[in-house]
Amino acid sequence: MQQPGRAAEIKANGIGKSFGSFRALDNLTLDIGRGEFLTLLGPSGSGKTTFLMILAGFVQPSEGKLFSDGVDITHRPAEQRAAGMVFQGYALFPHMSVEQNIAFPLKVRKKSASEIKSRVGEMVERVGLRGHEKKLPSQLSGGQQQRVALARALVFEPGVLLLDEPFSALDKSLRGQMQAEMKRLHQETGTTFVFVTHDQSEALALSSRVAIFNHGKLLQVGRPDEVYDRPANRFVAEFLGEINMLPVKGVRPADNGATGLCEDRAVNMRCKAEAIKGDAILAIRPEDMSIAPEASVNQNGIAATAIASTYLGAATKLDLTTRQGAKVTVSVPNEVAAAALSNGNSVWLTWPAEKGFLLPDGGQ
Amino acid sequence: MRGTLSDRMGAALLMAPLLLFLILAYAWPFLGVVKWSFTLPTPGLGQYHALLTDELVQSVFIRTLRIAAIVTVVSVTAAYAITVVWVRGSPVQRVLAEFCILVPFWISVLTRAFGWVALLSNRGLINTWLQSIGFISEPLTLVRNEFGVIVGMSHFLIPFAVFPLASAMRSLDERVLLAARGLGSSRMRTFWTVFVPMTRSGIIGSALITFVFSLGFFVTPAILGGGRSVMIAELIYLRIFQSPDWGLGAAISVVLVVFVGALMALLFRYVKPKQLV
Repeated sequence: MQQPGRAAEIKANGIGKSFGSFRALDNLTLDIGRGEFLTLLGPSGSGKTTFLMILAGFVQPSEGKLFSDGVDITHRPAEQRAAGMVFQGYALFPHMSVEQNIAFPLKVRKKSASEIKSRVGEMVERVGLRGHEKKLPSQLSGGQQQRVALARALVFEPGVLLLDEPFSALDKSLRGQMQAEMKRLHQETGTTFVFVTHDQSEALALSSRVAIFNHGKLLQVGRPDEVYDRPANRFVAEFLGEINMLPVKGVRPADNGATGLCEDRAVNMRCKAEAIKGDAILAIRPEDMSIAPEASVNQNGIAATAIASTYLGAATKLDLTTRQGAKVTVSVPNEVAAAALSNGNSVWLTWPAEKGFLLPDGGQ
Repeated sequence: MRGTLSDRMGAALLMAPLLLFLILAYAWPFLGVVKWSFTLPTPGLGQYHALLTDELVQSVFIRTLRIAAIVTVVSVTAAYAITVVWVRGSPVQRVLAEFCILVPFWISVLTRAFGWVALLSNRGLINTWLQSIGFISEPLTLVRNEFGVIVGMSHFLIPFAVFPLASAMRSLDERVLLAARGLGSSRMRTFWTVFVPMTRSGIIGSALITFVFSLGFFVTPAILGGGRSVMIAELIYLRIFQSPDWGLGAAISVVLVVFVGALMALLFRYVKPKQLV
């Protein structure tokens, strides 16, 4: 069912939006590839939803240009853009049945009755709503309403599907199920998906690329593993998941990477340090650190004291303080945590040189 | 809201004065009227039988229903347009609309009826103006007929028709309208296929309120109808005060009250009382 020809390619060029004195979006330049699944991720008020509304045509940018397949659509009204959209809260037509909701965009496009019938039927089948066609939205569960919204937005085969936090109202298990379903719909339709969320695990799980926003600025765009493993700055690093920040002094390039002093011990890093000299922050994910019984010369490591542990089932989360007072969290096997705590709480924290990355000291 | 027993006692105490007033001033006298309808001039169902056979009474009933229906359509349509501006217009438009809705409440029904006479009569403002620009040679009959009554009543009832509509429009989810546009629907189409159907409860509430109010109108039809377009309330007045036919007047009153009661019951099946204000 791959139809890459229909998927749209979108270019945003220097898009900005101000609401009075509030700068909602600042100089955004971003290419969205044909058929890609791009997630716009950021806290509330970061500009991600404003950008989605600009893509949909509901909000006019204050400056910049928007192109769809090379055509300037900056001033094209929403009703002529043919972008499918799924709203937060679904925004189904409450007075229309499931069938009528899905048929709406086709009726607007003056399709023949027989075509409407067959395409609605096909869409109902595809989202698994067979048997619910005559029901009103109020008679459906949250997950079913979500499916109607998806079907309605996809039935007219739009070049791009815009989704505004579509899963925020669903409980966790249903969320996972709908995420899988959306991924399947993306593959089946081949349409370009632009998805807004503030849930970083959702973003990492679903997207082909993630764009991270904060304070109206686009901070980084990249594949989920790129932004997770090599965040451009501290905000991105912290927003994508828990991360430990250790001050490193005297950073200088070395064989295969960089070297410096962390808590008065020499540490090696595989990451490049071209832009960073002197003092920096070493950022390491909790799952990349481990606990050893004693120091080893060949491995990065510092002394720390365990102050709390949280049993998570598959692993235990340990909160520690280093000698110089940095707070560190690690995720370790349950028996390692038990051993560490029985040993007077004094432990040795280690991490491989290839893990972690350097960020400028104190900066964003 | 379900409160504790003492809460409900408190509520009952607060409502008691109004309830007592309504019983003493309306319910009790009305029972007297019901009694007249069965006893004057002789006991029995005679007046109800007369009501079914009297051609004058029937023509007045039919005229009343017709005028009420036309006034309802005119008022709800006009009120819908005003309410759209009031609820969804720009800040300046909202203030203007609010002004248009609230000012009529400050002017008595009598003043407004005479105002319309001054505008609509043969030598009134509209006719003299139309004659002065040569649009017409003979004055149009705009008052002392059904047309004048409909104009005056609609003018009075439009503000009342606004509130249920405003309540329905305010509770409407803006995103649904955006969704319709995003799916390719023009503004016009969105208005007719999404906005209007979604305000259905407001339209029903507004129409029933206007219709019920219209049925009992007295002052406006009496002045603007000029005795030629008598409605039910005026007929009751004539029967009771200007002829000795109290029994028939009472019977008409009872029929009107029962009919209005049935309409109100219908109204509250469709809309909750809080949606009407």
